[in-house]
Amino acid sequence: MNVSDIVAALPVRVVAGADHLQNEVTGGYASDLLSCVMAGARKGNVWVTLQAHMNVIAVAALLELACVVITEGAALDGEALIRAEQRGVVVLSTEQGSYETVAQLSALGVSGGA
Amino acid sequence: MGDAPIEFSIVQELIYELTIEEVMTRSVVTITPDETMHDLKELLRAKRISGVPVVEGNKLVGVVSIERVIRSLEAGEKDARVRDHMTDTPCVMRADETVIMAVNQFDRTGYGRFPVVDRDGKLVGILTKGDIMRALVKQLESRYHADEVERYRASHVFQDIESNGTSLILRYHIAPRDFVRGGEASSKIKKALTRLGADSRVVRRIAVAAYEAETNLMIHTEGGEMRAEVHPDSLVLTVEDSGPGIPDIEQAMKPGYSTCPDWIRELGFGAGMGLSNIKASADELTITSEVGVGTRLVLSFKLR
Repeated sequence: MNVSDIVAALPVRVVAGADHLQNEVTGGYASDLLSCVMAGARKGNVWVTLQAHMNVIAVAALLELACVVITEGAALDGEALIRAEQRGVVVLSTEQGSYETVAQLSALGVSGGA
Repeated sequence: MGDAPIEFSIVQELIYELTIEEVMTRSVVTITPDETMHDLKELLRAKRISGVPVVEGNKLVGVVSIERVIRSLEAGEKDARVRDHMTDTPCVMRADETVIMAVNQFDRTGYGRFPVVDRDGKLVGILTKGDIMRALVKQLESRYHADEVERYRASHVFQDIESNGTSLILRYHIAPRDFVRGGEASSKIKKALTRLGADSRVVRRIAVAAYEAETNLMIHTEGGEMRAEVHPDSLVLTVEDSGPGIPDIEQAMKPGYSTCPDWIRELGFGAGMGLSNIKASADELTITSEVGVGTRLVLSFKLR
């Protein structure tokens, strides 16, 4: 599965990294604590969080995540978006909450604990 | 999000960077206005081209193409002068303009070639779409080659330099409370190790530890330095700060123990997992700390 499949199936907008929608998705991880993500998320995971912060981009880039889904309509600032584009991090944004988002990803076949 | 930056491809970048002077053909076949259309016909035939700039002295005074030759020959004006058949307000390009200008002009006018002049109007070259294509291909090729060479050199640095023990030291200053640049040092370390050809699984562990150490310095300390010592088979990451120091290291190492204020937790930090993540990632860890002086973390990783 690619990020583009997620973009097609979920109510999300691509806000950064539109050139990398072919990223392979290996599983999913949800948390708002960066250290937990550092310890728990795997390469190619989708990360669901309501954090919208520059360091989200840093963590996603370091872990080579397939994409980040930012929930509850939280907006990344311009500088973070520029950083995301530079590092090739795919950022998706959705109005719905993390719970619904994870449920939809799960229904799509994205599993946790990859 | 309307303000997302536009990403440029390398080719787009090149056509904005390269000047016309760098891509044009310099040796130009020209004709003078006083030669005849018959001379022109012979010239086009001999050189197998379909048009030429008309030059008087050093100055470009016009262009004339094969269509004009055909028209004048049809009209039986073999001895007519080029002067009377040339286009005397030719569309020209300036040598110091960028290739994007030429691309736009080719597009707009549909012409096949543009004479290129310098600031004084002197003819210095001629530009066709073929010139642009050739230059782009050449540039892409040389960039690719440079990348290859660079990658090769980086991964062979340890073999190429002779000593009893070669190591590479990377130093990074970490500023306190600099949330905007958070993670930059770790990402640079990760990039450097990847360039040096280290195994991606080890690089990942190093990146996790470096990121946690970097954010610890950023959040809790008055700033400090992170030093990565890269040896052929191992990496030693030393992280030092200038205070405040950790009163109880054992407690600080416990997963979930955090001293972070709420505003930092709201940014997603302060899970209390930093030091335990570092411990889990590194092959060896020593931590020494003195309250009021600072903390020193030495992490080592086996690279092979």
